[in-house]
Amino acid sequence: MSSAYIPLDEDFRVSVIGRRLGGVKRILPVMSSKGGVGKTLVSVSLALALSDLGRKVGLLDLDITNPSAHVALGMKLKDLPEEEKGVKPPEVGGVEFMTIAYYTKDNPTPLRGWEIDNAVREILAITIWGELDYLLIDTPPGMSDELLDVITFFKPAEPLVVATNSPLAIKSVERLLKLLKEELTVKGVVENMASGASSLVKDLCTAHSVSYLGAIGFDPQIDSKLGSLEGIKSSSFFRDVTRIARKL
Amino acid sequence: MHEWALAEAIVEYVKDAVGGHRKIKRLVVALGELQSIDEEILRFSITEILKSEGMSIDDLQLIEEEAVLRCRRCGHEWSLKEVSLDEEIRELIHFVPEAVHSYLKCPKCGSRDFEVVKGRGVKIVEVVAE
Repeated sequence: MSSAYIPLDEDFRVSVIGRRLGGVKRILPVMSSKGGVGKTLVSVSLALALSDLGRKVGLLDLDITNPSAHVALGMKLKDLPEEEKGVKPPEVGGVEFMTIAYYTKDNPTPLRGWEIDNAVREILAITIWGELDYLLIDTPPGMSDELLDVITFFKPAEPLVVATNSPLAIKSVERLLKLLKEELTVKGVVENMASGASSLVKDLCTAHSVSYLGAIGFDPQIDSKLGSLEGIKSSSFFRDVTRIARKL
Repeated sequence: MHEWALAEAIVEYVKDAVGGHRKIKRLVVALGELQSIDEEILRFSITEILKSEGMSIDDLQLIEEEAVLRCRRCGHEWSLKEVSLDEEIRELIHFVPEAVHSYLKCPKCGSRDFEVVKGRGVKIVEVVAE
């Protein structure tokens, strides 16, 4: 297998991806084309919140070149995941968690387009998820390989889009919603770092006929709690996320 | 033994490719050096999974493909013989070959902007049904 792109119907790994996801009831990619809006923390907190609510949950960090969900979860990446006819995602805080960081170990890993797609196909082919009520997927910003792979491989996915009330984020998310609505059913939009003074995110939802799932207030303490599950769960951020989790 | 997971994917692909035939005359699979696949485990896994699907195979050929990497910056081409990769790192690359970018740089110019020209991983070369 060389660096040349392999069409989907010629790639043997693609044949098994549907089976690997066969035990997953609902797939919720957490997406935003704008960086810095809090996708990773929303993904991690939603996974932990749904687990606390008694659901079986998986979390896949699909940011291939810049994974960071493990940092929020406080994982040290010392050991490789267990193997049993494939890779079993280790459990953290009751959540089955898979990331390429187990193998890249926080080293810089610059990849070009097809290499990212190649890594995604490999991970999806070898990861053995258990029976899950929810698989959350943390995705990188932009509209590039990982986003297109979510649309291609995770069907039926229900994207959960994260926005802030910055006009820059609104314009970016608007483009993303247009794309996602062509392909998938968008679960809704979460407003992060909400101040209450702006209705931009709600207006965006109305304009594009998607659900406004709720607001997460700006939490100035949250960065100091990353890496500690107890710290995250004691935050106002997590309380707001739990309110949203109950609606999913 | 994540070779088993790859074998499952190979068998799924082969089932589609032969369209209902139960007997495979020949299956040729290339094993890229970078992924360090255990040939015997993969052979065992493919054979067992085919058996469990009620299928059989006459000739399963697993052929090694040397890894060749090429720098996108300076154009230098090199093989794994030119660089040092300890067992622990080979194990990490074994699972996701793109992890090679985390551990190697072009031996000539030091850039991580290189491509794997060949020998990345597992590739189906030929499937022939009887």
